[in-house]
Amino acid sequence: MSETMAAGGTRTLQIWRGDLTSGQLVDYTLETEPGMVVLDAVLEIQRSQAPDLAVRWNCKAAKCGSCSAEVNGKPRLMCKTRLDHLPADEPITVEPMRAFPIIQDLVTDVSWNYEVNKKIIPFTPREDLPEGDYLIDQADTDRMSEFRKCIECFMCQDVCHILRDQRMHNKYYGPRFMVRLASLDMHPLDGIDRIDQIADEAGIGLCNITKCCTEVCPEGIHITDNAIIPLKERVVDARHDPILKIFKRNNTRPGKKKPEASA
Amino acid sequence: MTTVAPSPRRLGATMRRDKWWVQPVAIVTALTLFGIYSIVRIVLSKYYAITAGGAHLQSPFFSPDLPGIFSFKEFRPWAVLVLWAPLGMRSTCYYYRKSYYRSFFLAPPSCAVAGVARRKYTGETRFPFVLNNLHRFFFYAAALVVVFLWIDTVRGFFYHGDFGIGLGNVIMLVNVVCLSGFTFGCNSWRHIIGGKMNCFDCSAVARTRHKAWQKVSILNGKHMQWAWISMFTVGLTDLYIWLVSSGAFHDPHHVF
Repeated sequence: MSETMAAGGTRTLQIWRGDLTSGQLVDYTLETEPGMVVLDAVLEIQRSQAPDLAVRWNCKAAKCGSCSAEVNGKPRLMCKTRLDHLPADEPITVEPMRAFPIIQDLVTDVSWNYEVNKKIIPFTPREDLPEGDYLIDQADTDRMSEFRKCIECFMCQDVCHILRDQRMHNKYYGPRFMVRLASLDMHPLDGIDRIDQIADEAGIGLCNITKCCTEVCPEGIHITDNAIIPLKERVVDARHDPILKIFKRNNTRPGKKKPEASA
Repeated sequence: MTTVAPSPRRLGATMRRDKWWVQPVAIVTALTLFGIYSIVRIVLSKYYAITAGGAHLQSPFFSPDLPGIFSFKEFRPWAVLVLWAPLGMRSTCYYYRKSYYRSFFLAPPSCAVAGVARRKYTGETRFPFVLNNLHRFFFYAAALVVVFLWIDTVRGFFYHGDFGIGLGNVIMLVNVVCLSGFTFGCNSWRHIIGGKMNCFDCSAVARTRHKAWQKVSILNGKHMQWAWISMFTVGLTDLYIWLVSSGAFHDPHHVF
């Protein structure tokens, strides 16, 4: 694939236009400026050629996670994808995320993610802690702070083949929520034993570690290595390790108790 | 106006324009060739040690030297008595899982490329892939094999009891370092050594384990690279010993 650092010039974007029932890629040609990103081009097309083009965006600084789309077939933030980093000798395709229902053009309905999020019990302090004694060490916050970088762009959800191709939204929470579950399960002061949810409702066993979620994360979170695999190992501790079963070590998670709904 | 994007359910359907298929093809080729070479060597079960001139350089495919240790008559393929451990570790390794799920099972072949349409996808929840959850036990066994490889490597530096160094020694040393880098960068080991803890500062033991976890995390960050490099060093070390012990050429070395 040829790449060029030549800035500006005439470029053609093929933008998905349509809704849930039908749609097609429509060509738009425009003059670009040096340093433009895909979102700049899409907004310019919206301003000058297609005022009815639907696109979701907010900060234009790669921090709000709103402008996720598939650029040249890969999930990317439109505001973080420079035109001069894309092949200059061919059109640029811009499509909505495939894992979610299309509302209109580049806007998808990501509300499923918010419903999944509600299923996760928020941080709940351990009952054996002295009142107000919520101090934790820097070493513990260091591990969890990586997970806090998530901007909920849902590109990891989009690229995950379990959601994207297998359409198993009812059986798998997706990488974003594995990250959230990891941040809670690893929290030294959290008092909920989340293993049953991780293994059963969240469906971590469906993940086959192909690491696409990690590849597309704009925040560089090591989703697979630091969240999903550690959670898989915790499930192994609890359910698959025969030695831990013999010594009944798997049932002892100090300070954690089963959530009431599944206890 | 152009055509509508293809359905994501058709194998290989994607709007990607890069050569996404290169990686799966390369991985299938490399793993298949290594598998064929390994099977040939194990079935052949000959020329696996350099013993000329007081040397004792043992091929990593045939270590430890069980017939020598337990004085039993060699049978083919006796090496499988040991090789199940490193083979099992690699087969259940989190990196290799990514490789073969993508390249051999096309689930998916690459990111944002549609994989094989299955009636019911079960991931790692059913036999045989649920057995990947036993990775840690293969790690334990493979770590023991690495200990024997270190013993072989150190022993290789002594020719009739005198210290010496040769090309074979250097190759074996590089190999065992790479194998150690792969084995002890294992995700399961990272979990066991400290990752399973939720409080890194609650006791002296926890603080020690946290430091160990940080060290293993450094190795783990390059687990893929260690996996490939060590696979090639194992094959090349065996090939070198095969060629020397079969008389193709001599192992250049100097005894002090």
